[in-house]
Amino acid sequence: MVMTDKQLAERSITYRKKILKYIVGAKAGHTGGSLSCIDILNVLYNEVLNVGPQNFTSPNRDRYIQSKGHCVEALYVVLADKGFFPESDLETLCKYKSHYIGHPTKKVHGVEQNTGALGHGLPIAAGTALAAKMDKKNYRVFTLLGDGELPEGSNWEAALTAAHYKLDNLCAIIDNNKLQITGTNAEVCNTDPIDAKFESFGWAVRHVDGNDVNALKEVLNTVPFEKGKPSLVIAHTIKGKGVSFMENSVKWHHGVPDKHQYETAIAELDMEMANV
Amino acid sequence: MGAVIENNTINGKPNQDVFSAALLELAEKDRNIVVVTSDSRGSGKLVAYGQKLPEQIVEIGIAEQNLVGVAAGLASAGKKTFAVSPACFLTARALEQIKNDVCYSDNPVRLIGISAGVSYGALGSTHHSLHDFAVLRAINNITIVAPADNFETTEAVKLAVKLDKPLYLRFGKKAMPLLTDDEHNGFEFGKGRVIKNGNDITIIATGETVYPALQGAEKLAQQGINATVVSMHTIKPLDAELILQLAKDTGAILTVEEHSVNGGLGEACASLLLQNNYNKPFKIMGIPDEYTVTGSQTEIFDHYGLSADGIAQAVLNLLQT
Ligand SMILES: Cc1ncc(C[n+]2csc(CCOP(=O)(O)OP(=O)(O)O)c2C)c(N)n1
Repeated sequence: MVMTDKQLAERSITYRKKILKYIVGAKAGHTGGSLSCIDILNVLYNEVLNVGPQNFTSPNRDRYIQSKGHCVEALYVVLADKGFFPESDLETLCKYKSHYIGHPTKKVHGVEQNTGALGHGLPIAAGTALAAKMDKKNYRVFTLLGDGELPEGSNWEAALTAAHYKLDNLCAIIDNNKLQITGTNAEVCNTDPIDAKFESFGWAVRHVDGNDVNALKEVLNTVPFEKGKPSLVIAHTIKGKGVSFMENSVKWHHGVPDKHQYETAIAELDMEMANV
Repeated sequence: MGAVIENNTINGKPNQDVFSAALLELAEKDRNIVVVTSDSRGSGKLVAYGQKLPEQIVEIGIAEQNLVGVAAGLASAGKKTFAVSPACFLTARALEQIKNDVCYSDNPVRLIGISAGVSYGALGSTHHSLHDFAVLRAINNITIVAPADNFETTEAVKLAVKLDKPLYLRFGKKAMPLLTDDEHNGFEFGKGRVIKNGNDITIIATGETVYPALQGAEKLAQQGINATVVSMHTIKPLDAELILQLAKDTGAILTVEEHSVNGGLGEACASLLLQNNYNKPFKIMGIPDEYTVTGSQTEIFDHYGLSADGIAQAVLNLLQT
């Protein structure tokens, strides 16, 4: 189904409401980071990736690997919407014996890799992209990283590998919401300038407003940015995006809204929906 | 032996909270104590420490290998260094730094594994540490300690400052009641604490499984089965003397741990016992070698029988063999 820009924007709001609903149901979840990256997932799964329940076993499908595994709620609501599993499954989120736990696992249809320990997505994505080159296949590999996760050395090791093997079928996206758990990235471990670092490693880099679905659609559909180079998208986002009292607040990294907060949040999102 | 404090009559705090409070107190007096964190001060309950002693905390960011390497460097230059990070990342990702930069090079880093075992519950296996005893037991020059209650945790922190050798301390985030109010039942690395005496069986448990083991023993006592319960807080060096004595004095041995059944406390005891011709009933309880069931820590404990009822039942089964 081809979506209009309006429908795509509305879809993000619907996803945000569902993220909150299931986090409240589970009494656990990574609220802030799920809300910051949901527009990226929306655009990837609805506008960019050649993957769905029908072709998930095809060796030619595009791959999406979520390195910032803690924001699994964002992934779950999108996978449910794409028909990988019934949305009602998410009512079991984090419950005894549920496959829908607080990080992605392959027990859930549509998930490519088990993640949750940070700094693993990019190396696996590089390996998967390398296999495509070896087999002369056309699939692409996308991976989503948190900005706080960049100090893990494995990311930089994989950045070398990706450039060395000219993996222009690999696209890494950084959810650059500028916050982690302890505080801002700048306070915890400054990684700026991210673009110059990756460029010096041999990557082609673009910046985008990571909460603007149209801008995301445009940039993600132009990868590879340069032939023979891996692509990096620095997506400038707002942690907690869409709920005023959650925006830009570390408190909401894994904060769970109480009943009143939940109702306020949903009311705000409904208001936003009316104004799309 | 002091009276065992009834379940729920004294609600302890999470060992993690007690650790950070004890460390803050010590660090206020000893300016050479330094804490190193990897975006982990919140989970390590070290926010207050960071506010009070900003000069004695080093934030590394999410980079556990770097955390341990930097800690080794600080320790080599005389800093009493505590590297604090979730047990899962600290002992898996930074294992080579632990092996080479801490243990082999003999830099006295105190490695603090927080939210250990299955404390993180439904966050899943990436966040569980069921391998840490096993891998660290195979590395020379490290003491491995899993305190059971708030008393053991406080004592362990004090001893950690003094030890000045590589040390791994791991605990969880669940509130842990006091095991005993016996003031003479002291705490020393390498010496198990006998919490309860009985001749029928010895239950050797560690960390957060000691309390359910004790509750299980109380249930068994009502059925006339008397168990000795040991808090074997130190996994390495193991208290061979105590274990071999109890092997003689009691009719069977059951070990209990929040760790894989492979390579942990149970296998350490098995190795010791077998090499000393033990031939009575013996069983290891822990997390089996399978895809770990999903759920909260309590649900996972219950599922694998690491509960009062489960442990009591395991004792009954073992005594029937
Ligand atoms: C290897 C590893 N270390 C630590 C953690 C614990 N952890 C989970 S999320 C997080 C902060 C992540 O910050 P960021 O990457 O900026 O994510 P976001 O703000 O988008 O949620 C930390 C430290 C982890 N999951 N993996």
